[in-house]
Amino acid sequence: MRSSLLRGAAVTAGLALLLVGCSGPAGAPSTSPAASTSTSASEEKVTLTVATFNEFGYEDLFAEYTKAHPNVTITPKKAATSNEARENYFNKLAAGSGLSDIEAIEVDWLPDVMQTADKLYDLSGDDVKGRWLDWKEAAGTAPDGKLVAYGTDIGPEGVCYRADLFKKAGLPTDRAEVAKALGTTWDDYFNLGKQFVAKSNGVAWFDSADAIMQGQVNQLKNAFSSTEPEETLIPLGDNAPVKAQYDSILKAAVDDKLSAHLQQWQPDWVDAFQKGKFATMLCPGWMLGVIEGNAKGVEGWDIANTFPGGGGNWGGSYLTVPAQGAHTKEARDLAAWLTAPEQQIKAFKAKGTFPSQKAALTSPDLLSVTNKFFNNAPTGQILADRANAVTINPFKGPQYFAVRQVIADAINRVDVTKKQNAADSWTQAIKEFNALG
Amino acid sequence: MTWRQRLSRWDVKSAPYLYIAPFFVLFALVGLFPLLYTGWVALNKWSLVKGNQGFIGLANFQYVLSQSRFWDGVANTFSIFLLSSVPQIFLAIGIAAVLNANLRAKTFWRMGVLVPYVVAPVAVSLVFGKLFADESGVVNAILTNIGLDPIGWHSDRFWSHVAIATMVNFRWTGYNTLIFLAAMQAIPNDVIEASIVDGANRWQSFFSVTVPMLRPTIIFVVITSTIGGLQIFDEPRLFDNFSLGGPDREWMTVTMYLYELGWNVQKNLGRSAAVAWLLFLIIVIFALINYAITRRIASSESHPKRKALAK
Repeated sequence: MRSSLLRGAAVTAGLALLLVGCSGPAGAPSTSPAASTSTSASEEKVTLTVATFNEFGYEDLFAEYTKAHPNVTITPKKAATSNEARENYFNKLAAGSGLSDIEAIEVDWLPDVMQTADKLYDLSGDDVKGRWLDWKEAAGTAPDGKLVAYGTDIGPEGVCYRADLFKKAGLPTDRAEVAKALGTTWDDYFNLGKQFVAKSNGVAWFDSADAIMQGQVNQLKNAFSSTEPEETLIPLGDNAPVKAQYDSILKAAVDDKLSAHLQQWQPDWVDAFQKGKFATMLCPGWMLGVIEGNAKGVEGWDIANTFPGGGGNWGGSYLTVPAQGAHTKEARDLAAWLTAPEQQIKAFKAKGTFPSQKAALTSPDLLSVTNKFFNNAPTGQILADRANAVTINPFKGPQYFAVRQVIADAINRVDVTKKQNAADSWTQAIKEFNALG
Repeated sequence: MTWRQRLSRWDVKSAPYLYIAPFFVLFALVGLFPLLYTGWVALNKWSLVKGNQGFIGLANFQYVLSQSRFWDGVANTFSIFLLSSVPQIFLAIGIAAVLNANLRAKTFWRMGVLVPYVVAPVAVSLVFGKLFADESGVVNAILTNIGLDPIGWHSDRFWSHVAIATMVNFRWTGYNTLIFLAAMQAIPNDVIEASIVDGANRWQSFFSVTVPMLRPTIIFVVITSTIGGLQIFDEPRLFDNFSLGGPDREWMTVTMYLYELGWNVQKNLGRSAAVAWLLFLIIVIFALINYAITRRIASSESHPKRKALAK
């Protein structure tokens, strides 16, 4: 025990030294050597680091900005996953140093970001006032009214469907007719599903019960906590709206056999696209690329311009400027430029991140975008309509994702692993909820 | 003169300590300090985002010990540990015995068993994820082809442990094989020859001479794989894409619970640190049990043999 513990320590020490050695260049000060003899402050040479994750579609934009601002050098830093970026963000925010001049964040982190809003630079200004959809801008505003996060993209949701499978089951296939048949409420959506599975020969209506829950929870203003007069977590046992969603979804998934009983992102789910195990999916804009990748070679995917229960948004990101940076003013200028409608449309064309800016949603440049894989659907127009249909900015307190996880687990115990019935799983969820405290 | 003498005496006395000092300084920095600091964090209400929010005594430990999730995690950890370490040690001894025989291209085979150990755990998990997928997996396809029922690798607690143990075994069997191989090569040939002269066949000499002489090495491997097994994290975490251990935490180990509390769901570093200390205590208790066993076995052997084998 002792010797191997010590050996472990030695190995760790070696690794630590190695890491220190590696992080030298990255940890170097972000200001470029003061070689220039500039006179005015705006001409001062600055290097701005911009940390993003996954794909923001900013590569070409950086080049464009530095061309227009020769005194600015941009060092992009890109984390492979948002989890990695998130750990880095909160560790260094708490430590008070080490963050980039501009840090991208995901909507999932917002509750935590808002708790530490005092560590972020105030980004408010007349130039950006009213730039974003109201709910997107509201979400980036701290409780004390200061704007701390510029919206980049959003995930307005439509319904993706397999036209070929619809045809086999005797349902309409044209996207306008499908939108009409899908109706406007969740009951409509489930009812059409029942019609479908009656004739579909084992093909399910939707992929995963928890994906439906994700769509429905995002339509509640106060899903898990009330905000009047102040934020209070609603005990799960008393949360009637969520319980109603839970019951109706599991009834549709299990009793009415609408679910393919898959868990999103798992190998079986990925595989199901090729095997055609389900006919519809709730799809935010960024999901289109995921479907295209997973269903490569499959023909028949299309997208209907509707969403049950009103509009819905899933995901999206923001840019923040940590107050600890040395060039907060210049960083704010760059962030404001990057999140301007013109630039976000370019990012959308490059990587498919759907813009959250009001002006972008009416731009012909965006509205004319079509998607070949989805039967040449006018995805620009459809997603813009879906974005405008979103009216609710769901409140997500610090405990939001913990509670959401408890419910996802409860649904998956019934829908995916089939180890419990809906009632037992809910009882266990209440127990887990009480343990969060 | 006397000053120089004193200096040289001081040099002789202190030099050995200086030589070993770098290790102990490093150990204090990266081993002891984190251990004690974790203990301090465990006594406070400490949020990942908001930092230290005040001393709360043993409340974090109380919370953790009252959670059925924690005890599920302990049970899962021991289950995965037993399912991986036990077959692993038998397999490793068997493979080592084969490699110890007169083979052609010895080095090739010996390095071959180490290849899985070199592969990154993430890559291993990707491959095994495909093998053990519930509906589209290769293993279930084979099972259904030979007329058996498919197994719910991600829904049944026991079978999920078997799948994870398979990943662990894939990675660590080769490593342990090499340790056993080294020990076998240290066994003097005359002992085995003597047993054959006495009329033992190959099996008898293997079980009655080789294996008993491997005992100290077996103890070493048991202890290291105990420590590694109780801290198991990578394989179960990568067993699905959500890294929480399943909707009912079917394959959540203690270290995964630690991570869930501290970074994932609750962002409560205090509770997370309490789990870390409890795990530390569990491992210490296990190490003490192992130590007792080692002493008993060691004293049951005759002195010269032990010296020859102490590697």
